[in-house]
Amino acid sequence: MSDTHSNTVAYVRDTMLPQTEPPLTEKGALKWLRENLFSGWLNTGLTLIALFIIWQALMAVGPWLLNSVWNAGSLRECRDILDGATGACFAVIVDRWHQLLFGFYPRHLYWRPVLALVLLFVALSPVLFPSLPRRLLTFTAIYPFLAYHLLWGGSVWLPIGAALGFVVGALAYIGLKRVNNLLAVFGAVLAPVLWWLVLAGPFDSTMSAVLPWGLEFVRSDRFGGFLISLVIGISGISLSLPLGILLALGRQSDMIFIKSVCVVFIEFIRGVPLITLLFTASLLLNFFLPPGTSFDLILRVIIMVTLFASAYMAEVVRGGLAALPKGQYEAADALGLDYWKAQRLIIMPQALKISIPGIVNTFIGLFKDTTLVVFIGLLDPIGLSNAIRASTDWNGIYWELFIFIGLLFFIFCFGMSRYSLYLERKLKRDHR
Amino acid sequence: MKKTVFVGTFAATALVAGLANAQSTLEQVIDRGELICGSNTGQVGFGAPDADGVWQGFDVGFCRAVAAAIFDDPMAVSFVPLTSQTRFSALASGEVDVLSRNTTWTFVRDVDLQFNFAGINYYDGQGFMVKSDLGVGSAMELDGATVCIETGTTTELNLADFFRVNGMSYEPVPVDTAAEAQQQYLAGACDVYTTDVSALASSRASFATPSDHTILPEVVSKEPLGPAVRHGDDNWYDIIKWTLMALVAAEELGVTSENVAELAEGSDVPEINRLLGVEGGFGAMLGLDNEWAARAIAAVGNYGELFANTIGDNSPIGLERGMNALFADGGMMYAMPFR
Repeated sequence: MSDTHSNTVAYVRDTMLPQTEPPLTEKGALKWLRENLFSGWLNTGLTLIALFIIWQALMAVGPWLLNSVWNAGSLRECRDILDGATGACFAVIVDRWHQLLFGFYPRHLYWRPVLALVLLFVALSPVLFPSLPRRLLTFTAIYPFLAYHLLWGGSVWLPIGAALGFVVGALAYIGLKRVNNLLAVFGAVLAPVLWWLVLAGPFDSTMSAVLPWGLEFVRSDRFGGFLISLVIGISGISLSLPLGILLALGRQSDMIFIKSVCVVFIEFIRGVPLITLLFTASLLLNFFLPPGTSFDLILRVIIMVTLFASAYMAEVVRGGLAALPKGQYEAADALGLDYWKAQRLIIMPQALKISIPGIVNTFIGLFKDTTLVVFIGLLDPIGLSNAIRASTDWNGIYWELFIFIGLLFFIFCFGMSRYSLYLERKLKRDHR
Repeated sequence: MKKTVFVGTFAATALVAGLANAQSTLEQVIDRGELICGSNTGQVGFGAPDADGVWQGFDVGFCRAVAAAIFDDPMAVSFVPLTSQTRFSALASGEVDVLSRNTTWTFVRDVDLQFNFAGINYYDGQGFMVKSDLGVGSAMELDGATVCIETGTTTELNLADFFRVNGMSYEPVPVDTAAEAQQQYLAGACDVYTTDVSALASSRASFATPSDHTILPEVVSKEPLGPAVRHGDDNWYDIIKWTLMALVAAEELGVTSENVAELAEGSDVPEINRLLGVEGGFGAMLGLDNEWAARAIAAVGNYGELFANTIGDNSPIGLERGMNALFADGGMMYAMPFR
């Protein structure tokens, strides 16, 4: 002590005191606890109540989870193994995981949906991460047709014929653009429709006769489980964003016809519950179609889900558009950009950036809404959990299936929300 | 993925629209190469897909018999799982050819919804299950009870009728599926679980301690379950009806899946001969060939075999034949004569 306090002047300290440890209550975990959990009598009380509830929950669920049985042929065997103790019977997941994931998809073809999922990430990567080479976008354009062929199989010429429709449209646009701009737009719309209606069918059948290439055909009613959620969810998500943007632009349009069509569509869809649309797709549509027609149920559901989501998407994007200062529009006009260029280069990049949380919100909602198809008898994971319980082996099992399904959905939804956070941070241009 | 399918289907729709009008159901089924059968989304013993995705069960077996009668292939059926809310619209709109999904034959469904019930393949009735420690011995002691009840079914209406007639009150706990009902009942959300006795028995068998639960002796309703078709195609109705008759008649006559091939060569009993197509040419009258019934029986067995293998003695559910025994054995199963 004396060497540090070498007092040359009685009342002035001219040396530094060595650093000492802060008091116990002011550092580390203790400080955090004191400040955050026990900072007053109210908070202390709430903390204690919360701890009690957590403890109770752990006591209720813990032994059940720790005691789980993973290898058994039926619920009865599980109970024999547990011998009266409480415990989860996750053996049902071991026994039926393939059904919860793939439905009744033929087992020797499981590689096809798996490959389609892996390629989905490859196709999405250039869209999600701009640092990747732009050439990958070609693959993204091909992917929908490739995925269709991988999932459903059948003749390879059907998706190729459909893809050629877009090529025909592009050619018509380029060809007619020399004549007249408006004509080119009409041509680009009409030519593919004509191709699909008139020529695609014969093209498919002749090419199939000449070169019968293709994977083994898998019928739609073999689809089920998480596969069906993903097919409906991902098609709905990827189609509803462009549709929603178009609807949002249409709603802001000065052209009265386009504006009213968009407003009526959006308000109608938003005024009707999704379940009603699904019932329409599954039941009502058949009354209008000629007898004997089979219009694929999954396709009907995808269309309805897409329409539903695009109406919500349109409103989310409209929110983004409304948040843009008017100056941005005027600046685009001042630069002499035409409507589409202004949208593409100035308006949309900003409006979409603002809308990211809303867009991802709609995506996540849409993905979870796919479980509603259980009400029209499609065997999504929830529907399959009913079917699995209806076998005599697993009758009476409940929570284990829902925990597994919940986990699967959580992984995808959490992934989406994390990506949206990453995107927001990356696109942040202000300096707050 | 999406546009392509749309295009294909659109083209197919346009094509089929031109071709298909006024085809009979049988012609449609034969053209398609398979029967489309409306089945349950999952009911223990009656219809559910197994681990390989192959549908199994009592109602499913009936559809397989029809497919065997038409195509000689019991697997030529595609099953459309239907909920109790969607089943009737699916049948009416032509989405399914036949509804074989433990559906109760009632006046309104037969007349107002315009269906034809092809007969009864299972006589059921509504019962009550309670926890044994409640000490309830009769349904008449259930005044003021909370009752788990599946919505959209005839049991819901029967329950109201039963309590009203007996001057008792109850509090309904509506649930959507049997699994949910079991869970609610076990968790104590309701004192009583009511549904068809067959379903109660299979639920009870799935509980950890079945002896803690009692099925009360009262059966409060008639639930005659059977396959249904829509109005407007009497020939198709006949095919479904007589396939069911053939299965019951086969049991009455002692024709089983084992001896059917041998008996189809010809036997001394004229009715067996007519049933199995040795004489009479009955199949041709239905628009099928004469071995139709023999194939149906060979595929799923006679009524008794189908019952035993799916919900009866040979299955873990082990339901008694009870009312579903043959008339000769004191039950109510009775085939019209093959004459």
